[in-house]
Amino acid sequence: MSYRYEIRLSGSGGQGLILIGKILAEAAAIYDGLNATQSQSYGPEARGGASRSEVIISDEDINYPKAEDLDILLALTQEACDKYVKDLKPGGILLIDSQMVKKLPKENFKIISLPIIQYATERLGKFMVANIISLGIITTISNLVSGDAIKHAIKARVPKGTEGINIKAYHTGKEMAEKWLKEHPEN
Amino acid sequence: MSQPNPKIKMMQGNVACAEGAIAAGCRFFAGYPITPSSEIAETMSLKLPALDGNFIQMEDEIGAMGAVIGSSLVGVKSLTATSGPGFSLKQENIGFAAIAEIPVVIINVQRGGPSTGLPTKPAQGDVMQSRWGTHGDHPAIVLCPSSVEECYFMTIRAFNLSEEYRTPVIVLSDEIIGHLTEKITIPHHSDIDIINRLKPQSDPENYLPYENTETYIPAMANFGEGYRYHVTGLVHDETGFPTNDSKKIEEQLTRLYNKIEKNHDKIIDVSEYFCDDMDTLIIAYGAVARSAKQSMLKARQEGHKVGLLKLNTIWPFPEKQIVKLCQNIKRIIVPEMNFGQLAHEIEWATRRAIPIIKYNKINGEPITPLDIYNILINRK
Repeated sequence: MSYRYEIRLSGSGGQGLILIGKILAEAAAIYDGLNATQSQSYGPEARGGASRSEVIISDEDINYPKAEDLDILLALTQEACDKYVKDLKPGGILLIDSQMVKKLPKENFKIISLPIIQYATERLGKFMVANIISLGIITTISNLVSGDAIKHAIKARVPKGTEGINIKAYHTGKEMAEKWLKEHPEN
Repeated sequence: MSQPNPKIKMMQGNVACAEGAIAAGCRFFAGYPITPSSEIAETMSLKLPALDGNFIQMEDEIGAMGAVIGSSLVGVKSLTATSGPGFSLKQENIGFAAIAEIPVVIINVQRGGPSTGLPTKPAQGDVMQSRWGTHGDHPAIVLCPSSVEECYFMTIRAFNLSEEYRTPVIVLSDEIIGHLTEKITIPHHSDIDIINRLKPQSDPENYLPYENTETYIPAMANFGEGYRYHVTGLVHDETGFPTNDSKKIEEQLTRLYNKIEKNHDKIIDVSEYFCDDMDTLIIAYGAVARSAKQSMLKARQEGHKVGLLKLNTIWPFPEKQIVKLCQNIKRIIVPEMNFGQLAHEIEWATRRAIPIIKYNKINGEPITPLDIYNILINRK
């Protein structure tokens, strides 16, 4: 049975959401041999403003490259959560930053609320790696791409000299997701 | 995890245009950065110096268009890329390239207009501008990619066509395709066909840069190789000097028209999907062709007889290719991210013998497969 998995990574401009979209798509397409597309939508601002990046992963050809019926929505701001939650499919996963998104929607989907930005700042000392922590959580929960593939893709894409901290950020995300899964065995 | 194949890359459409240009032999880029085309300039600025090529950021798009004309005249394949207002600024010099018969490639990554419009949003509003943006009767070749792979191969083809026909060629991309990242298999350079402009065989004294040959395409000498000739935007005779002789004017402008007109079959390129057995035909190009294909496949699965004609070139207009498919169909659906620029041409080509349903979206959002599917199912 063929599948089409749709992920939207949303927040504000400058949070590195387009980068993690590219990493996820590359992990799937280059290292795991699947098909993937990555696209983006943003305003004219270089920083701030709503930003979103979308990844489609499939074992078939991908015609329409935009996400319409989301399997996973990452929202790092309240604004992004409010705006995009309507596109999440029933039973889909809403991943939010527990500090940034306080107002939770009530619908038929799983909400995973984790202190992503807090961990980035306190445990890794870098606010900027919140995107890679999110990537670690998403790939662990969805099981879409292999751990090796995502680590290769991260190293290939992040700026030279930052591979170490980014791989650490990925593992932080992975552990957060594993802990969440243990606490929510129904998933 | 599988071992990655080094030939398979994840690449953005704009980057693929730049890589295609380099593969075609382009070694000069002049431009002025503008969203959503800037990645083309960015990639060329990184790659060209390492290939002994040159990148120059000009003061504006007018200057950039002039610079690529100049570099092509000395024999260097040249590219410029732009979007929206930048494409408007280039029009005068595109006309110069057309009448002076200088091979250049212009990539226009369409965004919402008019004017500054919607810098980060997709549109297909430049269909008519790509044909008639510069004044006067002039030939036009316009290619429309709808995937990253097509960005690569159509840019190569644009260079080949520009060299073969000594004419400016436009690649009309859009924000969706330009900013889309997907898989592409990069061919070995020996597997890429390259066409270079015809060089003169005559000695420099007897060279006629605008000779009316049987093929309508005169040989082109590079500046600096000993062939002296005159280049002007004024209508000129076969020596290149301006003329007011009505016979010579007619001869030259007819040749300019014929060199494209008589080669439609070699230039026009379309792809047919499920067109052998259909009652409904969708005609689409660019990013919208992908949505059309997805909606067609869904409708087919449900037993609806739908076909798709994807236009890989929109100018010269593929009249013959469209008419051929109109023998036994009940309706044509034309989805476009404009108010129906190409639908109008399709109405003309079919002489309105078949009902045409236009679907137009101009709000900066893409046309979705569901948009087209709803028309397929609900509108008879």
